[in-house]
Amino acid sequence: MSHAYYPGLSVSGWTMLRRERLLPVAGEVLVNVGQVVAPDTLVAQTVLRGQLIPVNVAASLGVSPEEVPGSLLKELGDAVESGEILARTKGLFGLLRSECRAPAGGVIASISAVTGQVMLEGPAVPVQVRAWLSGTVAEVRPERGAVVASGGAWLQGVFGLGGETWGALVLAVSAPTDVLEEPDITPAMRGKVVVGGALATLGALRRAAEVGVAAVVTGGVHALDLGAFLGEEIGVAVTGAEEIGFTLVVTEGFGQVAMARRTFRLLGEKEGFIASVCGATQIRAGVVRPEIIVPTAASERLAAETAASGGIEVGAPVRLIRAPHFGAIGLVRELIAQPQVLESGARVRVLVAELENGLRVTVPRSNVEVF
Amino acid sequence: MTDCGSTSTKAILIERRDGQYRLVARGEAPTTVEAPWEDVTRGVRNAIAEVGEVTGRRLLDPHSGGLITPSRGDEGVDLFLSTSSAGGGLQMLVVGVVRNMTAESAERAALGAGAIVTEVIAFNDHRRPHEQIERIRHLRPDMILLSGAVDGGSTSHVVKLAELVAAAEPRPRLGGGGRLPLIYAGNVAAREEVSSALGECVDLVLTENLRPILERENLGPARARIHEVFLEHVMARAPGYAQLMDLCDSPIVPTPAAVGDMVKRIAAEEGCDVLAVDIGGATTDIFSMFDGQFNRTVSANLGMSYSVANVLRAAGLPGVMRWVPLHLEERELRDRLLNKMIRPTTVPQLLEELVLEQAVAREALRLAFQQHRGFASGLKGVHRAHGMGDAFHQAGPDATLADMMRLGLIIGSGGVLSHAPRRAQAALMLIDAFQPEGVTRLAVDSVFMLPQLGVLANVHAEAARQVLRNDCLVRLGTCVAPVGPAVRAGCAVASVQLTERDGPRREIRLGAGELVRVPLAAGAQAHLCVRPARGFDAGAGPGAVLETDVDGGEVGVILDARGRPIALAADEPGRLAQLRRWHAALDLYPEAIA
Repeated sequence: MSHAYYPGLSVSGWTMLRRERLLPVAGEVLVNVGQVVAPDTLVAQTVLRGQLIPVNVAASLGVSPEEVPGSLLKELGDAVESGEILARTKGLFGLLRSECRAPAGGVIASISAVTGQVMLEGPAVPVQVRAWLSGTVAEVRPERGAVVASGGAWLQGVFGLGGETWGALVLAVSAPTDVLEEPDITPAMRGKVVVGGALATLGALRRAAEVGVAAVVTGGVHALDLGAFLGEEIGVAVTGAEEIGFTLVVTEGFGQVAMARRTFRLLGEKEGFIASVCGATQIRAGVVRPEIIVPTAASERLAAETAASGGIEVGAPVRLIRAPHFGAIGLVRELIAQPQVLESGARVRVLVAELENGLRVTVPRSNVEVF
Repeated sequence: MTDCGSTSTKAILIERRDGQYRLVARGEAPTTVEAPWEDVTRGVRNAIAEVGEVTGRRLLDPHSGGLITPSRGDEGVDLFLSTSSAGGGLQMLVVGVVRNMTAESAERAALGAGAIVTEVIAFNDHRRPHEQIERIRHLRPDMILLSGAVDGGSTSHVVKLAELVAAAEPRPRLGGGGRLPLIYAGNVAAREEVSSALGECVDLVLTENLRPILERENLGPARARIHEVFLEHVMARAPGYAQLMDLCDSPIVPTPAAVGDMVKRIAAEEGCDVLAVDIGGATTDIFSMFDGQFNRTVSANLGMSYSVANVLRAAGLPGVMRWVPLHLEERELRDRLLNKMIRPTTVPQLLEELVLEQAVAREALRLAFQQHRGFASGLKGVHRAHGMGDAFHQAGPDATLADMMRLGLIIGSGGVLSHAPRRAQAALMLIDAFQPEGVTRLAVDSVFMLPQLGVLANVHAEAARQVLRNDCLVRLGTCVAPVGPAVRAGCAVASVQLTERDGPRREIRLGAGELVRVPLAAGAQAHLCVRPARGFDAGAGPGAVLETDVDGGEVGVILDARGRPIALAADEPGRLAQLRRWHAALDLYPEAIA
């Protein structure tokens, strides 16, 4: 493949973004095109059908399925309370009657004379979708929701946990190489998006949950610590639904890895601004990476750095994403055309990079991402 | 021919040269099913263009973008075929009355047709009905396969299942508003009631009962309907597939179904039981032909990158580390493996990283095979007449068909096996994971061509056979593993005589715990004579002398007396010494791993 290198993650000072805010099923849209929205603005709402509970009335009464409709005390669409008598046999001269009670409250959704089953539908579940980020409604999708457009800083992480949240950005360390420790998290950080450096310790993660921060952004985290914090080992990389008390965004990877200077500087420049954060990650076909969006005025656009370039070429800044130089940042100095044999014995295409400490290293092209 | 995978589309060009069909070139490009392209043919054309660049042959019309056909001179092709697992493959929900009877037969039919079974719903699956309804609501499959009861049996259970499905109002994954196809392959007497229970909520397709009587499965008609529905409903809705179907000279086949067809053909041609495995980043597929029965399983969360953390979770850290001849701190090891999960395209640069990945592969394969063995079994729920012989034979109806002593050939594919820097590494990964017994040949699929050859075999069997033999299968050699009672390390297990045709004769005394490699070139054969020690079986029965011919390969003949299961020392220094000895015997790595 001619473009086999890893494209890298976005770290942009100002980008115009559009995010779909849609209901899972049809419902009511509450915003209009052009409307200015805040993260907590309600965009759309609906109700999901309630839980369906099949009740085997025929078996309960000891009658054949055809006899079930005649023995019901309720009709299709009627509401029943939990424990209320749903059906009753006539019995013998009014005696030896058997009854079937509703196992839960709900509405009778169907009656089957073939199987003798009655379906009870429980109360509907309300679902609401909020704007999540400040911006303007660019498009309304009838019955489904809207598209919110917003300009601002956009940073993608490599792995995350937890869903959508927002809060003011606050730096809890002074350098991207610093470790975020338990005492660095203070009660004043409640509801905020806390930025760490090279590592968030297990103590810091636990403290963040106690304090009730909105999110933690860190360069690295130990997989072992994350397992201890979650109470289970991480399985497949499909995340976003965890309920850990806050949203976690890891920008570099597992282990103690200094946060990229550009990322740390950008987050520092935006301290105090409201950041919208999502930890959802899916590393399979249809890749989803966690993200941090800090909406700012369009005037910021001019001051912002240019977003990462696309191709891998001599002079391009790259991040090394595999041992032995995992996390190191450097510049491409040479692209060697012929495949080379690595220490592992694998024969692959490589490049020479000059790291920030001046060291020149030869690494597989697939082990770097354009930064 | 192309194979549209979930991440990349692979194209191969086959030409007839000097009377033989040969692989000429291979190209690869990212699959373009998802946004922003949403047209699978772009990736297909890119992969074909790469083949064109490599060969200098003009394959695509620069104006229309279509394939030049038929071939003339240095341009065009005569036949174009494709398989596909892009966009998540064919995802199916299976519903049956009893979990290990009709539901299991239905699952077998779906897997055999190349589907990914996202869920199996059965009356006795230990979930309450409302939980099952919630699950069906939540899933967005491409189709549902509903089965239940033998012909003439009870209708009420399968109708109840139909009511359950109808209540959930399932929706298809692709195509927005369209109705979800549901194939009914249950009791024929219940068709009318099932149809009425389902109402208008699905597109109902009726076919023969896949378990017409308890003692027999009839999976062919259900598999054929699945394939038809796949083409008519699923493929037609997937982005760009209508155009891809127009390009193809034969219907598009789901990738795993094509591999399955090829495995059946190989088993027939080689006249032995065959096991084939494809280990990918996210999933591990296992295909087998044991005792004339085909089985396929997909272990959805066992793989080398996306699913690597799950392998670690399922096998446990000691499970993975038992194959690694060096000490690594747990904290660092877990970080390294999870970094592979979040950056799946990286390759191991350091030797210790390669060793670690190959240890993970052994466990992923072992766990996937464990699942496969359980699935590849006789029909459950069948009454069997018992004779005197059963008193000595403990196998029940649930016993696996996977008889490792009868297994004749293991084929490995997937990056970690096909691209292992040394072929001996692939051979030992297969042996350690599957632990074959007796005499078993080993091979790897050089560039995962089995899907394309599977679909080619449907229209030109001889061409597929020739390419399989000449270019697809890389013969690694033969594993000879006598099995018997646990004995002390070094005790005689067998004496082995290996005589090359017109070549030297080697005599080897094989001691317990030893691994010996005897070079025997690919294409060469040797006569093997194994005289097992008392109680040991090399394939002719306990203590009986085995005489047979064995095939060579890039690794040769591997004599494995490590026992089954492989006996690893309990203490760490002992285990490390063992592993280093075995690795040295096979010249597995470029240097000693300290």
